[in-house]
Amino acid sequence: MTTPPGQDQPPVTTDSGIPVVPVYTAADVAGGPRALEERLGLPGQPPFTRGPYASMYRGQLWTMRQFAGFGSPEETNARFRFLLGQGQTALSVAFDLPTQLGYDSGHDMARGEVGRVGVAIDTADDMAELFTGLPLDKLSVNFTINATAPVILATFLVAAERQGVRPAQLTGTLQNDVLKEFLARKAYVFPPGPSMRLTADVVEYASDVLPRFNPISVTGYHAREAGCTAVQELGLTMASAVAYCEELTGRGLAFDLFAPRLSFHFATTLDLFEEVAKLRAARRLWHRIATERFGASDPASARLRFFSGNSGTTMTAQQPLNNVIRSAIQCLGAVLGGAQSIHVMGYDEAFELPSEEAVTLSLRTQQIIALETGVTRTADPLAGSFFVEHLTDEIEARAGDVLREIEDIGGAVSALQQGVPQRWITEAAYRAEQRLASGEAPKVGVNVHVTGGDSRDVELFEPDPGIEERQIERTRRHLAARDGSACSQALRRLEQDTADGRNVMPALVGAARAGATVGEMSDVFRCAFGEFREPLPW
Amino acid sequence: MRRPRLVLAKPGLDGHDRGIKVIAMALRDAGAEVIYLGLRVTPSQIAAATVAEDADAVGISVLSGAHLPIAEQVLAALRAAGASTPLAVGGTIPPRDAEALRSLGVAEVFPVGTALPDAVGGMLRLARPQAA
Repeated sequence: MTTPPGQDQPPVTTDSGIPVVPVYTAADVAGGPRALEERLGLPGQPPFTRGPYASMYRGQLWTMRQFAGFGSPEETNARFRFLLGQGQTALSVAFDLPTQLGYDSGHDMARGEVGRVGVAIDTADDMAELFTGLPLDKLSVNFTINATAPVILATFLVAAERQGVRPAQLTGTLQNDVLKEFLARKAYVFPPGPSMRLTADVVEYASDVLPRFNPISVTGYHAREAGCTAVQELGLTMASAVAYCEELTGRGLAFDLFAPRLSFHFATTLDLFEEVAKLRAARRLWHRIATERFGASDPASARLRFFSGNSGTTMTAQQPLNNVIRSAIQCLGAVLGGAQSIHVMGYDEAFELPSEEAVTLSLRTQQIIALETGVTRTADPLAGSFFVEHLTDEIEARAGDVLREIEDIGGAVSALQQGVPQRWITEAAYRAEQRLASGEAPKVGVNVHVTGGDSRDVELFEPDPGIEERQIERTRRHLAARDGSACSQALRRLEQDTADGRNVMPALVGAARAGATVGEMSDVFRCAFGEFREPLPW
Repeated sequence: MRRPRLVLAKPGLDGHDRGIKVIAMALRDAGAEVIYLGLRVTPSQIAAATVAEDADAVGISVLSGAHLPIAEQVLAALRAAGASTPLAVGGTIPPRDAEALRSLGVAEVFPVGTALPDAVGGMLRLARPQAA
């Protein structure tokens, strides 16, 4: 084979550092066409490189799931109705930080944070209010909740019960990936060991009573947003997935019992081909782990399904309308990578929660890609591209190396306790910022083509300053009205089950039903487990 | 002359620490001594560390939108501790809030989009006004 023209150019790499040559040929695809076919399979067939389903988007479009939540349950309910009215096909709930960390709105630590980055939920009543008029037997709901995931799931089950919807009818996803909180997102509460127990309690409970619901979404997105590369994102996600599966199989649960309901969550950023290759590699790598390591016999156990969120860190405060273009490219990457559901970032999210106008445009971005571009007509349209197949192989191999590195230091939980992947992430973030400052990494409107247009061009969401007081008052009324002794009894059962090592979910549902608050239920775990404090990075 | 001493912290409940860690690393590379207090530190913990470390400036980062009430509390805690140390606030701060922060008494505001060298230079100037 002769050297293709142009290969004497200076070295260029993908965002994660994989060398890229000017031209790819068949020689760059390892093992030739027969070996490639084996690595790919057909869409819907092992090893699922080409997608989890045979017909992909011809059978069913991805779920358009804009992440939303702010203020009170009523305000968020109104945003949900607005989004559904605009053609969104499912819901995704953002919770405020007090809810994520298990504080009621009146807690001292909650001051200034109530209803700010998401909706405030203190009780099952609040959760029921959030879904007023939204049929939970028909709508799939995603919950971005982790440290307090079991508590929030309990309030959701009670809200569904009040609509007359049985657990077996519920569809949706609970993020419930606590490891990535320690890794990157940092909304942890309890130490890693008990946190893993709570995560596994939810998955175990769901395998029994929530057959259509995804009880966990193993997430690389936040590590990526915190600074790591696409390769590290995939390796770290798989390390977490392995840790959860070991925790669950260690309890005696059969892998095939829970694995078909595991879901995943990846970022899609701007390096289009690398991102598509990463998503394809993710499916193949998970198939290998599920079959070789955990002995999956049900093909669905080895079939990776994922949600993709656009990257917030690619959004700029400068010339914010440029973010519309960035979002469209990232959404396209997720589609070409075979996503099952997608969130598109609002162009104004460098500053604030998205305005109604921005969130509508995000949804329109998804709809235009789905309906006008024709990219949905065939599954995995980039398969067989010399470049994309080469990148898919490279990312799979390199992410496998990251996974091995984590396992060599004792697995995901131990690595986090040692602070190793956190250091990788911080160092990668620093390098990225230095490249931006030096101009080595071009960013339009930031370090190149910087003329004109700043934030004053866009109208921002205005948060409601009265929400905190109103929510505190609402919870105060709830506490006065509930049956205090039934509630104490339910909380005592939760304490007992927590202490005895029983699955906490039945007692949590009982407590939520009896009117216990998110803070009270979380305090049971705080007392039993203590709180985690991150080791400082230096 | 001793190196500039800076206390950095994330008050409130927000866990987005990418920015403050990057700034801490850049400040160290620029010769400053950085005392990073970590996540979910209370205003009084920040004030106590500022006094105990004899810091020249304090930097906090808030990406949850709660920057106004939090900055107010940190300023009050610093005053209560008898510290006149200048406070810088960074994060997802919409333009409408930058002026409000300054009028509360915040010495520097680094909204999203601030270039790394500008944030580092700004912190060092706060720490060493005479050298600016």
